[in-house]
Amino acid sequence: MFPAKFTYHRAASVQQALELLAAHDDAKLLAGGHSLIPMMKLRLAQPPAVIDIGRIAELSGISRDDGSIRIGALTCHADLAASELLRQECPLIAEAAATVADPQVRNKGTIGGNIAHADPASDLPAPLVACDATIHLLTADGSREVVASDFFVGLLTTALGEKEVITHLSVPAQTIGTGSAYLKVEHPASGYAVCGAAAAVTVREDGTCAAAALCFNGITDSALNARAVAGALVGSSLDDDAIDAAVDGHLTADDPLGDVYASGEYRLHLAKVQGKRALKLARDRARG
Amino acid sequence: MSGVLGSSIRRREDPALITGSGKYTDDFTLPNMAVAGIVRSPYAHAKVVGIDTRAAAALPGVVAVYTAKDVEASGIPGTIPTAWLLPDIKTPEHPILAKEFVRFSGAAVAVVVAEDRYIAADAMELVEVDYEPLPAVTDPREATQEGAVQIFEEAPNNISFDWELGDEAKAAEAFDHAPRKVELRLRNNRLIPHAIEPRAALADFDESSGKLTLRLTSQNPHVHRLLMSLASVGLPEHKMRIIAPEVGGGFGSKIHHYADEAIVSFCSMQLHRPVKWTATRSETNLTDAHGRDHVSIAELAMDDEGKILGLRATTWAAMGAYISTFAPAVPTYLYGTLLSGQYDIPAIHIHVYGTFTTTAPVDAYRGAGRPEATFLVERLVDLGARECGLDPAEFRRRNFVAPDNFPYQTQVALAYDSGNYEPALDLALDKIGYADLRRQQAERRNGGGKLLGIGLASYIEACGLAPSAVVGSLGAQAGLWESSTVRVHPTGSVTVFTGSSTQGQGHETTFAQIVAEKLGIDMDQVEVVHGDTDQVQFGMGTYGSRSAAVGGSALAEGLDKVIEKGRKIAAHLLEAAEEDVVFEDNNFSVRGVPDSQTGWGDVVLQAYLAHNLPEGIEPGLEFTTFYDPSNFVYPFGTHICVVEIDPETGKVEIARYLAVDDCGNVINPMIVDGQIHGGVVQGIGQALWEECVYDEHGQLLTGTLLDYAIPRAHNLPHLELDRTVTPCPHNPLGVKGIGEAGSIASPAAVTNAVVDALSHLGVRHLDMPLTPEKVWRAIQDSSQEGRS
Ligand SMILES: Cc1cc2nc3c(=O)[nH]c(=O)nc-3n(C[C@H](O)[C@H](O)[C@H](O)COP(=O)(O)OP(=O)(O)OC[C@H]3O[C@@H](n4cnc5c(N)ncnc54)[C@H](O)[C@@H]3O)c2cc1C
Repeated sequence: MFPAKFTYHRAASVQQALELLAAHDDAKLLAGGHSLIPMMKLRLAQPPAVIDIGRIAELSGISRDDGSIRIGALTCHADLAASELLRQECPLIAEAAATVADPQVRNKGTIGGNIAHADPASDLPAPLVACDATIHLLTADGSREVVASDFFVGLLTTALGEKEVITHLSVPAQTIGTGSAYLKVEHPASGYAVCGAAAAVTVREDGTCAAAALCFNGITDSALNARAVAGALVGSSLDDDAIDAAVDGHLTADDPLGDVYASGEYRLHLAKVQGKRALKLARDRARG
Repeated sequence: MSGVLGSSIRRREDPALITGSGKYTDDFTLPNMAVAGIVRSPYAHAKVVGIDTRAAAALPGVVAVYTAKDVEASGIPGTIPTAWLLPDIKTPEHPILAKEFVRFSGAAVAVVVAEDRYIAADAMELVEVDYEPLPAVTDPREATQEGAVQIFEEAPNNISFDWELGDEAKAAEAFDHAPRKVELRLRNNRLIPHAIEPRAALADFDESSGKLTLRLTSQNPHVHRLLMSLASVGLPEHKMRIIAPEVGGGFGSKIHHYADEAIVSFCSMQLHRPVKWTATRSETNLTDAHGRDHVSIAELAMDDEGKILGLRATTWAAMGAYISTFAPAVPTYLYGTLLSGQYDIPAIHIHVYGTFTTTAPVDAYRGAGRPEATFLVERLVDLGARECGLDPAEFRRRNFVAPDNFPYQTQVALAYDSGNYEPALDLALDKIGYADLRRQQAERRNGGGKLLGIGLASYIEACGLAPSAVVGSLGAQAGLWESSTVRVHPTGSVTVFTGSSTQGQGHETTFAQIVAEKLGIDMDQVEVVHGDTDQVQFGMGTYGSRSAAVGGSALAEGLDKVIEKGRKIAAHLLEAAEEDVVFEDNNFSVRGVPDSQTGWGDVVLQAYLAHNLPEGIEPGLEFTTFYDPSNFVYPFGTHICVVEIDPETGKVEIARYLAVDDCGNVINPMIVDGQIHGGVVQGIGQALWEECVYDEHGQLLTGTLLDYAIPRAHNLPHLELDRTVTPCPHNPLGVKGIGEAGSIASPAAVTNAVVDALSHLGVRHLDMPLTPEKVWRAIQDSSQEGRS
């Protein structure tokens, strides 16, 4: 439990962080440290340099930005969970953040670190995909944007470049008539998601479905986006039978994850059960 | 202070522990101290072809690197002994550092001593060990089958011992004629103990005196000293001092003698410097002796009225790669002897194979053998009830040993001294609202939704280890008495020295309560000293729910001797006949002469002044007592668990958990309740979440707290507790043990509840842990069977 040797640098600004990244090959950014430090202590990660961005004030905070919500990369899970603004405009993310581990972890772990680390069992990726979030990245050469569904590439891998910093995320405010739900089955040891179902539906005046999204953490090596289920739901009545039929008929996953606790087959079954429950809860919330 | 005994005095040890001023082994830093890192085998089974320590030794800050060759060259015995031997048992040599072979993943291969932990961690990576991997075998039954890799030449079929108890012919006879029989195949899951404080050792060898002082996470420092003196370190006992400072939980895992403390002692003796080693959590999980790990086939025979006629079983018990300190006793005398449960069973036979596997050793873990026995008996009893068409409560009732049948001689060696099982069952049924729950269960089965299950476990345990002559005849290489010294100071305050040392059980409070009650002094006037071989006369330690029953008895008898001598002195001072002097409320008085009395303080002072003592009385007021119990003690009770199961996901939720326990007289109800809470929760952990899993290569797959699930507060129900009181008839305080009862009863209660919830689907048995997937599959399989 003792990390290999490394040098420590603290960045006072995003600019300085970029400079430090340029100066140190294979350096790692340090945000809340709740994924990186355990990896270093187990010597699974041995970065020669660590660049602490944890105190850069400009990277933190949740604010309204035209029709979307801007979430700074350093915003911790506890702040996501407690944000009135998020609960109004994008409750799925607040609800998911509240299920992360325990208060200590939620007070230290950040949304930027969470998505950069991209643990398949973590709680934020699926809701971000379901909400159509965009991730904003900065390098010394300029900035770029990646939509969440393109950002998560695979097991612990993302579209993030080695010298890039996540500055913030933007999430469209949810439209009127939308309801969402995040239902998590936690692993009894790690507390991470064995299955985290993120659902959002928008209901028309007549009660039919205008838009739907269903995404999962914990089922495949990166967030599983059940587009076919969503497609089958749009235009439907959204009653229980319609939801059951859409999920049963259209939810599939290639190579579901499996371990000693839960096999791939069981996880996929869980996804179906939890997916239906999440959609029904989202519908009920949408209907108010 | 009469009335102290039996009241919920707050634990005196807690303020220091809660505020962080308690000192654990790792909290000690000695001048010039170095740090050891132990290089461990990544393979479960391999030939060690060569070890190159040069690069590690060359790293700046590295003090020394040692291997088995250095241990041999030093001339110390260098082996880990077994302290409980069975007839014809194979106990192959267990060197403190691996020689030619490694036999479990985590076995110590080399040790690096460095100036600090960081350097040690770097140097450990530089030790190059050349291994030739060999096949692994991790299942205790498979290990005995043809084709399994042979772990030791001297143990054919990987069998360490082959042990039987009971009358095989009589059991066969019972089964031959029984109208009803059930069979059960089960696996009792392997557990990793998980004391909060990982094991640690700080050795300080003083060159000038030739004496080694070892601070150690130990449940029994004198036992450690004895074993280390005889087998590993080889210093004479008077040249070794072992101190167990604060110890953060043990659950059995800190009874045993491990290679690690011998290795750091060896390093300190070589280097003449203090050397400290503290396990990381992963290291602890790899190397602490694990618990349980049985594969069993068991049968129960009954008549048509549901009367049990016989029980027989064969068990393959994993011993791991080496036979740990008390390991042979666990699946034999702490298991086979308990197979009569609370029942009058006329014929029992048990056959146990203790087998080598390429895994961490298995030894005593909270309950040690008795949870395994209770699980087997209580699962069989539930199946038996079903076979006979009886309610599980009624089936138990019909088979209980009747209250007028005590002492009751079982068919498996034990003689239960006392017991009264039906009132505990009735109390539990009444409090849980049993009849109503059964009604609800039936309604739910018709109505859909969550499934309801009700599980009973009526357990007995034999604890208060143990009458020395008895355990000696069964193979123990030690007596299991306990000692106390009561030292009354001239001003009347008291220090007691007990051989029973605490890892959190609350001895400093409960033992002081015994003193305060007996002597009528304030608890503030009592100091309880334990856990230091230089201060305490001798002690067998804390395990087997023995502290109150054996250590407490040693203390009570010592206090009686103090009072006895005090009465002699008081009689002399009061010029009365000794038999007329009574000691009450901290006062010596003459019966019938109210004015003639003298206080405790006067008598104690006189004992030390010695100016005016009766003839033949020595000065001073101090007694050392060695108390050897005449029997085990037999706590019992009935636990009831109510579960709700989500049939779609298989998730089990404990809706209610009720425990009715009988541990005899209660010294401190709050501490007793705390012990039950902890034990029940550990057993719920075994039932629902915990499982130590090795893959086919012998790699530990559940080596961290990310994969190995221990119980957490938010997953647990409120525990409802009650008790009956049947005092132990043979010890001075009438106390039994309570440290293990919870973990003995709860795995069976929870599993019975889950199987009960699924019984209408045809499910007969599920092995622990009852993960959602396992439960879901059972539901799937049964509905498929139903369809076809
Ligand atoms: C005990 C425990 C339980 C947990 N349980 C859960 C759980 O149930 N659900 C869950 O979702 N998570 C869980 N986590 C993970 C937690 O959410 C982490 O905090 C989070 O995944 C990482 O955030 P961090 O700020 O700590 O990142 P760090 O550990 O500091 O960094 C993680 C990675 O992200 C990179 N990084 C960080 N910030 C940026 C940035 N702005 N731009 C580019 N790269 C960056 C780092 O270089 C590093 O590679 C748990 C963690 C612990 C320790």
